[in-house]
Amino acid sequence: MTARRRPARASRWCAALLLVGLAACGAPPRNQNTLTFWAMGREAEAVTQLMPAFEREHPDIRVDVQELPWKAAHQKLLTAIAGDTTPDVAQLGNTWIAELQALDALEPLQPYVARSSGIQPADYFPGIWATNRIDGTLYGIPWYVDTRLLFYRRDLLKAAGFDAPPRDWAEWSRQMAALQARAAPGHYAILLPTNEFEQLLSLALQQDEPLLRDGGRYGNFESAGFKRALAFYVDIFKRHEAPLLANTEVPNPWVEVGRGVYAFYFSGPWNIGEFRHRLAPAQQGSWATAPLPGPHGPGAGIASGSSLVIFRHARHKAQAWQLIEYLSRPAVQQKFYALLGDMPPRRSAWQGTALRSDPAVQAFRDQLERVKPTPPVPEWERIVTEMQLVAAQAAHGELTVDQAAAEIDRRADAILAKRRWMLDRAHGERR
Amino acid sequence: MNRTRTAWLFLTPALLVLGVFFILPVIGALGLSLTDYDLYALADIRNLRFVGLHNYWALLQRPLFWSALGNTFYFVAVGVPLSIGASLGSALLLNSPLARLKSFHRTVLFAPVVTTVVAVAVIWRYLFNTKYGLVNYGLAGLGLDPVDWLGDPHWAMPTIIAFAVWKNFGYNMIIFLAGLQAIPPELYEAARIDGASGWRQFRHITLPMLKPTMLLVMVLTVAGYFQLFAEPYVMTEGGPLQSTVSVLYLMYDDGFKWWNLGVASAVAFTLFGVILAITITMLRLMRRREPA
Repeated sequence: MTARRRPARASRWCAALLLVGLAACGAPPRNQNTLTFWAMGREAEAVTQLMPAFEREHPDIRVDVQELPWKAAHQKLLTAIAGDTTPDVAQLGNTWIAELQALDALEPLQPYVARSSGIQPADYFPGIWATNRIDGTLYGIPWYVDTRLLFYRRDLLKAAGFDAPPRDWAEWSRQMAALQARAAPGHYAILLPTNEFEQLLSLALQQDEPLLRDGGRYGNFESAGFKRALAFYVDIFKRHEAPLLANTEVPNPWVEVGRGVYAFYFSGPWNIGEFRHRLAPAQQGSWATAPLPGPHGPGAGIASGSSLVIFRHARHKAQAWQLIEYLSRPAVQQKFYALLGDMPPRRSAWQGTALRSDPAVQAFRDQLERVKPTPPVPEWERIVTEMQLVAAQAAHGELTVDQAAAEIDRRADAILAKRRWMLDRAHGERR
Repeated sequence: MNRTRTAWLFLTPALLVLGVFFILPVIGALGLSLTDYDLYALADIRNLRFVGLHNYWALLQRPLFWSALGNTFYFVAVGVPLSIGASLGSALLLNSPLARLKSFHRTVLFAPVVTTVVAVAVIWRYLFNTKYGLVNYGLAGLGLDPVDWLGDPHWAMPTIIAFAVWKNFGYNMIIFLAGLQAIPPELYEAARIDGASGWRQFRHITLPMLKPTMLLVMVLTVAGYFQLFAEPYVMTEGGPLQSTVSVLYLMYDDGFKWWNLGVASAVAFTLFGVILAITITMLRLMRRREPA
């Protein structure tokens, strides 16, 4: 148990020493207030640069940032919970919160927020804040946000006779048809990689019907709303306005948008940096971003991103909360945005000049007011993976919209079987 | 009696290690495969249900299991003969009296076996990149169209097979080389005196004398190739269109991605059953062909 608290470098040395057969391993000086902070991928690299300032403010706290690769993070977290070796604080993709909450691994944060002067829930985009509440209890503080919207070629749209990006589905369809009519062979109106679920999910979240029904007991994919979204999605492929390609087959979508192979690209905020980096300066004026069109006027988008959580078995909860408060300060979030381009979840952080003066991010600012959380069930990621596998089959023409919707419901119901049994049993016990 | 006790005493350490680290986990996994152990059971063991053979039954009804099994069989059916052919061919070349710098060549040909899969896979991904890869550059030089090696569902598995064969043939080559060196030279001498051609010497001396080695190599290679995982994991992540999902990959996804350890254990035991059945069939066939 004590070995867990030693700095990572020390334990790595121990492991190395053990490997060469030396049993001796002197105990390194132990700092009572070393916080273990698990962060993923690029965020871990960037946040390390924010730690010296935090440690200067809190001389009694040392932060040990440990980097997990995104690909292995989920597995590593579950293993840590099973083995009771969780860190104090972690960055968590907000769709994982329900899962970790089901494992009873997270500390409820409402009491901390109530005492805090720095974190005001009303300052956060409501859709993002909602992803951190499971059954009315708060388990995470949003750290950065991510949603999907339209990148488009302004000049191509203009040439097709449209001065502005679409505001609703009907206008969007008209624009795609007009763009496709003028497109060269092998060019398309839009790029919708068939192995990404975010695009269809965004369209589905714009509907009134929830994606799961009866308190997350069954799939609700045969609802009129989901079928409308699926039909809209599939029709784009049927009319050959989007190619049937997975993102592994489009290694460089930015240059291809630059070449006019795609006029619309439905994707996320990291593309702003990629477009600036990869397109020639002369082309920089040709692309822009637009909020998502909905069925009737501006539509909802997905509320993804990462949150900061404290683990229930953390040993330094008070210090962990101080770290979360520090990272949630608007000024620190602006610095984080400057380092990485990850967008802040609170409106006051968007007052910074870097964000306010950048036209490409304004569409995101607008869209973030209209993001919606996905159903907070631990099985969600599996369900949405299956949803996209079936939707890709429908896009390939192997299933009709009705068949695909029924198949997604069938798979979702099978995945949720255990959850139904648990909920029913808990209900029985209470009675 | 005393000798027997001493013998058991000698065996005890090995049995203990085997029991704790192999037999107990296997029994545990078998038990796990009869339950619905998942995330909820990890949170609270009272959420664990005994489901009997349901996991196995559900597995047989999953289309993805059958396509994964199909992909695995494809990999084994094409990969094993290619791999054994490459091993035998290089062993024959190395064993030839004409070969020069033998130990150097042996080391070079064995080197892929001891490199790490992940590091080499990164290099292969570059080699087979559609736009910038050396392989398509060579094809373009021959006037052929580029191939989307890892992105096209029809080409991804052949590419993975080529990678696996290249990575593994050196191991069997060493075994074959040992087998070849154990064939008495007198046999070849007698054949040459009788006027047998090189091909007839190979057919009637080398192959029959190599038969025990061949059997060993085949059993090891088939069992190894059925456990295809690392290559698709690092090169394609199971894609495109799930065309490189193997049975073991399916097990990994179920077990470690979705944490359904009950289902994953059932996949593991099903794969074990398949490998066992095929190995037994192979041994039977080889034995039957043996002249009595």
